[in-house]
Amino acid sequence: MLDILIQPFFQRALLAGLAIASVAGPVGCFIVWRRMAYFGETLAHSGLFGVGLGLLLGFSLTLGAVATAVAVALLLMLMKSQRVLATDTLLGILSHSSLALGIVTVGLVTGSAGDHMDLLFGDILTVSWKDVAVVWAGGAAVLLILGLLWRDLIAMSVHEELAQAEGINVRRVELGFVLLIALMTAISMKIVGLLLITALLVIPAAAARRLTNSPETMALVSAAIACVAVVMGLALSAFANAITGPAIVLSAGLLFVLTLLRPQAS
Amino acid sequence: MLKVANAILSARDATLVIGGRTILDKVNIDVRPNEIVTVIGPNGAGKSTLVRCLLGLQPLTSGEIIRPKALRIGYVPQRFPLTSNVPLDVRRLLSLTLKPTESEIDDALAETGIAHLKEANVSRLSGGELQRALLARALLRQPELLVLDEPVQAVDFLGEARMYELISEVRKRHGCGILMVSHDLHMVMAESDHVVCLNGHVCCEGGPIKVQQDPEFAKLFGPAAARMIAAYTHNHDHDHESHDCGHDHHHPDHRH
Repeated sequence: MLDILIQPFFQRALLAGLAIASVAGPVGCFIVWRRMAYFGETLAHSGLFGVGLGLLLGFSLTLGAVATAVAVALLLMLMKSQRVLATDTLLGILSHSSLALGIVTVGLVTGSAGDHMDLLFGDILTVSWKDVAVVWAGGAAVLLILGLLWRDLIAMSVHEELAQAEGINVRRVELGFVLLIALMTAISMKIVGLLLITALLVIPAAAARRLTNSPETMALVSAAIACVAVVMGLALSAFANAITGPAIVLSAGLLFVLTLLRPQAS
Repeated sequence: MLKVANAILSARDATLVIGGRTILDKVNIDVRPNEIVTVIGPNGAGKSTLVRCLLGLQPLTSGEIIRPKALRIGYVPQRFPLTSNVPLDVRRLLSLTLKPTESEIDDALAETGIAHLKEANVSRLSGGELQRALLARALLRQPELLVLDEPVQAVDFLGEARMYELISEVRKRHGCGILMVSHDLHMVMAESDHVVCLNGHVCCEGGPIKVQQDPEFAKLFGPAAARMIAAYTHNHDHDHESHDCGHDHHHPDHRH
């Protein structure tokens, strides 16, 4: 039964999944701290349009996803300062119209959107060694940027105006963070799919919040929980024939429910 | 432009218009070293907005903020989300943007009277404890100017008196200028050197005694408030020097 562990496709899936999980853990903490779950989801959804453009114009799909996610993020930062509509309404509009636009574009190029279901739900079992390399390199870049912004981002997550009054260049840090989420979206696309990336960001972080009392331990515990979820999801997929991406998210959800049994750490 | 001698922070004709609404209308204000300036006014008078403009968080439509680039400011904001999602103890709250040593943290917490709360989670603090933690945080910057936006907002009545006492002690010990915002009038009047009454524009200003006798003040807060404050200040000593408005603050026959 355990001979699946020596299958190269399974090893690649494990390596890619663990890399994504280790990055999603800490990044997800900031999504939770800064109440940006819907924002992350909007960026992820907009990635599909980038993929469609990539297919249409023949450039890298990852690059396409990063580019549209960044464009949408900048658009959002601009629209937020207009204050005509509430932010969640804006996000609702952008999130779903960009998803629809993405499905239509991909459908136009390939004749059927169904061929690219793997982009929506991920297909971790088919990743190539090149995909693994992209995930590891991209993940390292995300962690590096996060490390550079760490202190400033935490100060801003606690109180943005106070941080600004104390000399933090809020706009620059915000921009760096948005780029980081866009990059995160692009590298997770193939692993858990565009529809489920936000879940992998938010659920392990929310579970870790209940168990920890400092930002750093929360980030580490969140990464650990995400890794366990990936392993559980892959096991579910291997032995119970579940679709892998959703199985990983389900496992994370299950782990979150388990943390509810424990009282909140002070 | 008129520059007031030795002011560390000034606004000149500060005007802010947002969406056709004038929030601040040609506001002038100066804070000098070792002086407590209090901005009072009803809700929606633009008090917090004025503070945000003075701190450079909100650009003006016209007018000017005069603030030396090197001025060390300790800021305690009006709203602080108690239900923050970030897990944080008090020690960490104090070192968010600075890297103070352990003994500096201890000193700052001792000064504001919450040395025992160093390890406490920020979300478990009471309103008064949080204000003291934020004040300790501001003091760590060795401020030349302290900016306190509604420092007693979430504090009960007894805590309020102690908070004002603490602010007054801090001024004496550190010799910093203090800019304070309040919509509550009682003790503000007793501790302030200079009171600016704001309602979009500066209605009246001066020493506490002068302001509460000003007809503009009565118009804004009602004659009852003016009488109540007069009664309060009469029972409270004013032993600090009067140096801004030429009014005598001395009541030598009154003592605590």
